[in-house]
Amino acid sequence: MNLHSLSLRNSQSCSYKDVPVVSIEELKGTIVSCVQEGKRLLAFFAQSTGEKEMQLYAVLGNDKLGTLSLLSAKVENSYPSITDQCAQAHWFEREIAENWGISPKNHPWLKPIRFIPSYREGQDAWNRSKENILPCVGDYYQVQGEEIHEVAVGPVHAGVIEPGHFRFQCHGEWVYHLEISLGYQHRGIEKELKGGPTKRTLPYMETMAGDTSIGHSHAYLQMLESLANCQVSQRAQALRGIALELERLANHTGDLGALANDVGFLPTANYCGRIRGDFLNMSALLCGSRFGRNFLKPGGVAFDLEDSRIKEFQTKLENAKKDVTVAAELLLDSPSVLARFEDTGVVSKETARELGLVGVAARASGLSQDIRKDYPFGIFSSFSIPVAIYKKGDVFARAYVRWIEIQNSIAFIQSMLISMPKGKTQMPLSSLAPDKIVVSLTEGWRGEICHVAKTDEKGQFSWYKVCDPSFHNWMGLSMALRNQQISDFPLCNKSFNLSYCGHDL
Amino acid sequence: MFKVLLARLQQKHRTIAYPKKEPVLPDRFRGLPILDNSQCLKNCQECVSVCPTNAIQCTEKGLQIDLGRCLFCTECTSVCPKGAIQFSTEYRLATRTRQDLVFDGKVFERAKILKDSIHKLFGRSLKLRQVSAAGCNACEADINVLGTPGFDLGRFGIQIVASPRHADGIVVTGPVSENMKLAVEKTYKAVANPKVVIAVGSCAISGGPFLDHKEVHNGITDLFPVDLFIPGCPPHPMTILDGFLRLMGRLKQ
Ligand code: SF4
Ligand code: SF4
Repeated sequence: MNLHSLSLRNSQSCSYKDVPVVSIEELKGTIVSCVQEGKRLLAFFAQSTGEKEMQLYAVLGNDKLGTLSLLSAKVENSYPSITDQCAQAHWFEREIAENWGISPKNHPWLKPIRFIPSYREGQDAWNRSKENILPCVGDYYQVQGEEIHEVAVGPVHAGVIEPGHFRFQCHGEWVYHLEISLGYQHRGIEKELKGGPTKRTLPYMETMAGDTSIGHSHAYLQMLESLANCQVSQRAQALRGIALELERLANHTGDLGALANDVGFLPTANYCGRIRGDFLNMSALLCGSRFGRNFLKPGGVAFDLEDSRIKEFQTKLENAKKDVTVAAELLLDSPSVLARFEDTGVVSKETARELGLVGVAARASGLSQDIRKDYPFGIFSSFSIPVAIYKKGDVFARAYVRWIEIQNSIAFIQSMLISMPKGKTQMPLSSLAPDKIVVSLTEGWRGEICHVAKTDEKGQFSWYKVCDPSFHNWMGLSMALRNQQISDFPLCNKSFNLSYCGHDL
Repeated sequence: MFKVLLARLQQKHRTIAYPKKEPVLPDRFRGLPILDNSQCLKNCQECVSVCPTNAIQCTEKGLQIDLGRCLFCTECTSVCPKGAIQFSTEYRLATRTRQDLVFDGKVFERAKILKDSIHKLFGRSLKLRQVSAAGCNACEADINVLGTPGFDLGRFGIQIVASPRHADGIVVTGPVSENMKLAVEKTYKAVANPKVVIAVGSCAISGGPFLDHKEVHNGITDLFPVDLFIPGCPPHPMTILDGFLRLMGRLKQ
């Protein structure tokens, strides 16, 4: 590990003054060499120092050792781009440029990612005025030649789905390139987190990607508890783990159904639509909300699972397990389905690594990456869950990884229910330690969730950075579409099922 | 083929018996609040101070919760020293006016049927176009679920369609971000008159958790005339279905 970085573990709070400030050249060199050695760039962002200079922060992860390293550099309005030597920085640098008007010089494709005004008034990387920022309007990557045509889709799509814009460069049916342009869902959450925690902080966490309420609020709360030095009971940790895995179960099951639907395999499409609801209803049995809203609270959880409820839970889980097994096996055994799933939307292991994909998409391309195992948090510090990997990187692989994870999550919840640890559901939380920095990671159902925050001298957030798994993975979808038929787009898209609002925040 | 048939037998027929039978919601589900003003301590204001969206008011006239803003987060119930605020499992929460969502614990005015001339057109068949305008994907998901065989929206003559040109109205979710404003307006305009507008979720009704952010427009109430308000964050699918059916006059009051 490089000497000039602060080494820390998942959600360990450290003194802010220990974060090294290095030269921009050294920051660039460290990121490039670490990523070459096999580490990953988990987050890369800028924050204001209150002065003319801005501070860049990089979080690098060593998946094998479970350690994180943090380093920073001060820059003014531009710096030499890292993307040319490290593709993982591509999207991050565009975000830095857009949010703060800092230009990464020689970035190969410097465009806004959300189409929002700069946080620094009058300091825009493209010299746009606030009034002439129109979502997704601008130049797109273009393929030239006879018979090349362009297809534009969105923001409003045909289904009940969030908005985004997709621009395809096609030759007949074949897609040469897909450029994805987002930003329609931007609600300005990160800015509002500054100065917190406030009474809205938890609702923000639960709705930044509303299908990942538990994943994000878990990341936030474990950070909060680390800053307040609060020991959450094992029972509360187990309950949080159950909620997290229920969230995964509901979404993975829904995704298998949606994938089935996209190839016209209606039996599984219909069954999974319903079984997904069974898992959501189990969340509601636990906490009253199908999306786990208001279940996780600072210091623990809002509700307990009493013995009678555990019984009911077990029966429901057992039934859902039977149903989902039949539905998934039917899907993954059908030749007509396999003909569509196999070899469609392939992302090679090398590409996945180069882009820094996370979660299901990474594991389906053969990368062994799972925060629950690599940087254990909460209940997973004492209970390990196997990592589901499949090598092919195609739609089938992404479906199959989901199916394995469904089985693993059910097994995890079942074993929790048999021997629930004892303890209080909620512990009191004192105020947050001042002048600290924390990196908090969880494995949401889509993949790695990374929150980074710094507290000021009063123990309030000076800033709060969120990196949803979709932030890393949208580029993966683009690559999956290369040399595919455009008619396979819905299928490839579903196989990733990324979050728009989680990206746009 | 044989496998498909076996699976079909195993999965059985599972469409809910509603509306013949009332649905059973989980005991921890939070629906219509139960407010007991008589218990409030003088100048307490505890609930008011913890509410993330300023949905509660506690004045001489008593307690009042604006369900259009409420996230059903239970902060108020946990902080109240007297237990003056509780949540019931009453899921029928849709209203026809914004004002009807401001609930004082007494009468709750549920959504009524569309006016005659429009009811004639849409009472038996309603095609809706959904637009997510910075919704968090939970409201969207619980609208989507109505299309699964569990609820089987189609049996009521309601369908979510792919184009505003095929639709009798729009269902909007989300607080309407600045970046989605134009697209929502265009979708609204693309629907032929007369049309219905339905706001699903506290975001679309008031801005929800994002109330007063400068990046959002606090929902659609200032943009279009809204015919149906369905509160919740997100509303339960039964709350949404109940709202649709009331609007069409398919349920008894
Ligand atoms: S439950 Fe509703 S009224 Fe009560 S604090 Fe939460 S948002 Fe406010
Ligand atoms: S009302 Fe709540 S659940 Fe619905 S979109 Fe808004 S934040 Fe999400």
